Amino acid sequence: MDEQYKTTDAGSAPVIEPGYTFGTVTEKISAIVLTRPASNGWFVGFGVAFLLTMMMLFAIGYLFLKGVGIWGVTIPIGWGFAIVNFVWWIGIGHAGTLISAILLLLRQSWRNSINRFAEAMTLFAVASAGIFPAIHVGRPWLAYWLFPIPNTMGVWPQFRSPLIWDVFAVSTYATISALFWFIGLIPDLATLRDRTDNKALKIVYGMLSLGWRGSARHWHRYETAYLLLAGLATPLVLSVHTVVSFDFAVGIVPGWHTTIFPPYFVAGAIYSGFAMVLMLAIPIRKIYGLEDFITERHLQNSAKVMLATGLIVAYGYGIEAFMGWYSGDRYDAFTLWNRLHGPYRVSYWALLACNIFIPQVLWIRKLRTSPPALFCISGVILVGMWLERFVIVVVSLQRDFLTSSWGMYYPTRWDWMTYIGTIGMFLAAMFLFLRILPAISIFEMRTLLPEAEVKE
Amino acid sequence: MKRDPIYGMMAEFDSAQALIDAAKHTHEAGYQKIDAYSPFPIEGLAEEIGFHHDEVPLVVLIGGIVGGLTGYLMQYWMSAVDYPINVGGKPYHSWPAFIIITFEMTILFAGISAVFGMLALNGLPMPYHPVFNVPRFALASRDRFFLIVFSSDKKYNPSGTRKFLEGLQPRSISEVPS
Repeated sequence: MDEQYKTTDAGSAPVIEPGYTFGTVTEKISAIVLTRPASNGWFVGFGVAFLLTMMMLFAIGYLFLKGVGIWGVTIPIGWGFAIVNFVWWIGIGHAGTLISAILLLLRQSWRNSINRFAEAMTLFAVASAGIFPAIHVGRPWLAYWLFPIPNTMGVWPQFRSPLIWDVFAVSTYATISALFWFIGLIPDLATLRDRTDNKALKIVYGMLSLGWRGSARHWHRYETAYLLLAGLATPLVLSVHTVVSFDFAVGIVPGWHTTIFPPYFVAGAIYSGFAMVLMLAIPIRKIYGLEDFITERHLQNSAKVMLATGLIVAYGYGIEAFMGWYSGDRYDAFTLWNRLHGPYRVSYWALLACNIFIPQVLWIRKLRTSPPALFCISGVILVGMWLERFVIVVVSLQRDFLTSSWGMYYPTRWDWMTYIGTIGMFLAAMFLFLRILPAISIFEMRTLLPEAEVKE
Repeated sequence: MKRDPIYGMMAEFDSAQALIDAAKHTHEAGYQKIDAYSPFPIEGLAEEIGFHHDEVPLVVLIGGIVGGLTGYLMQYWMSAVDYPINVGGKPYHSWPAFIIITFEMTILFAGISAVFGMLALNGLPMPYHPVFNVPRFALASRDRFFLIVFSSDKKYNPSGTRKFLEGLQPRSISEVPS
């Protein structure tokens, strides 16, 4: 492992503040779960998130009773909020896999202190995303038709359609993310088993840790499996948002039918995902006193990733606009005009401001290292990325080839309740995760300490 | 089967370096059946205790091949054999459209094989194990490093092995009841 990631090199903060030992790292992280009592703030935060989750269940219950007519979707805009939110949530999940898999392969050891909760974020984001297509199908009791499961009609899914590709991509992604997260947790669950004095907890953590005892043979196979899983997750995560973009790009709707979609969707996904990582990391490190583990360096590096992916996204917008003009296709040109001057122009201008112009302040070092500023900019980016999906889904469908089939889309309160409810569910899951499982990978933090060095 | 009442002799060390040196000496002294325990993976430790054959990559390769074949053949059979439907004049066997699901199934099967293959080869889950009988072993998941010589080793004898382990200057030595 490279020395530069462990100690202060010219002008950059260390990955872990000096002075920690194996014991103190272990105690500090496991104490959050085992000894620290839940604060009033935790109960308030979890309570609000829980209420929002209940609101989502209410909105979905009413939807099942009444049908998708309670939503704002109509023809020509048949996709609406459900698909906007699905793409937004799936995108957010991508940063977790990028941090845990791609940065592992690139030997970026600073990832060790943020991978655990970023992976948790991925799982909860994918769970939130998965709700939308399932409730959007109209007859949700037949949602299993999405999968190649035998049914009374004897028909199989249409494998030439990107929508079925998406089913496979997203369900594979959810499965692999859950496995990756779980095997990362096994050694830490063993630590919790050995640290706790509570008999019942000892049994629960003991069972969850599968009896892990840290044998050298086990570690060897474990590391091989972990590395191979990272190698598999890397092309997988790139494929997931690529396939999501195929849902659009394979169609002929102006504003969808472009070849730039796959790379620009993947970059946008990582962009919004890192924004969510920062919005979670900044309060967590402050409240639980983890500034020594999630240092200025992590904030800076995340900000740099956002800056880079944000510029790729800006390039994507630029190419879309350029192709609208250069292709000479009047429908493509009109789509661009409609974005800039049509009835939803505010969403397009706001998206340009949130995703391209405002984040450029990250070039300023002072803002990159200031947690409150980063928190606000991340929020702006998350709004911007949501608007991007709104513009792609709604504004493209709104006015296509025939003026006779133009229309408008107005989200209803049920749309908003479902969307805000999934944010509540996501946060409620995060709150529980922080109290039940170690939010930072303990064993991977131990490997960052100087005392972990060995010579043959 | 007659069970030996003693599972092995265990020595406790303070640092990763001490453990790796001790493992090397023990293996070189002719002890074959030994194991080492650490709170995090230590590069080269498995080789020092004589572990050279890691089958996980092979399991993952097989899983990936099976997954890819399953994905492709499933689509072929469903679209071209069991219920062929003509969609826009496209061939029943539209292989380019089948690539993505084939890819996803390759990853899915390979990933599942990696996790469950690793667990199976490690003999996990195993909630009970004799090494947990040593109270100090609870520190193996915190900051201590342990080396064990199993009583099934040919060279093992209670006093001689204890004497040998003492020569490695461990922090403590304990006999592990099985």
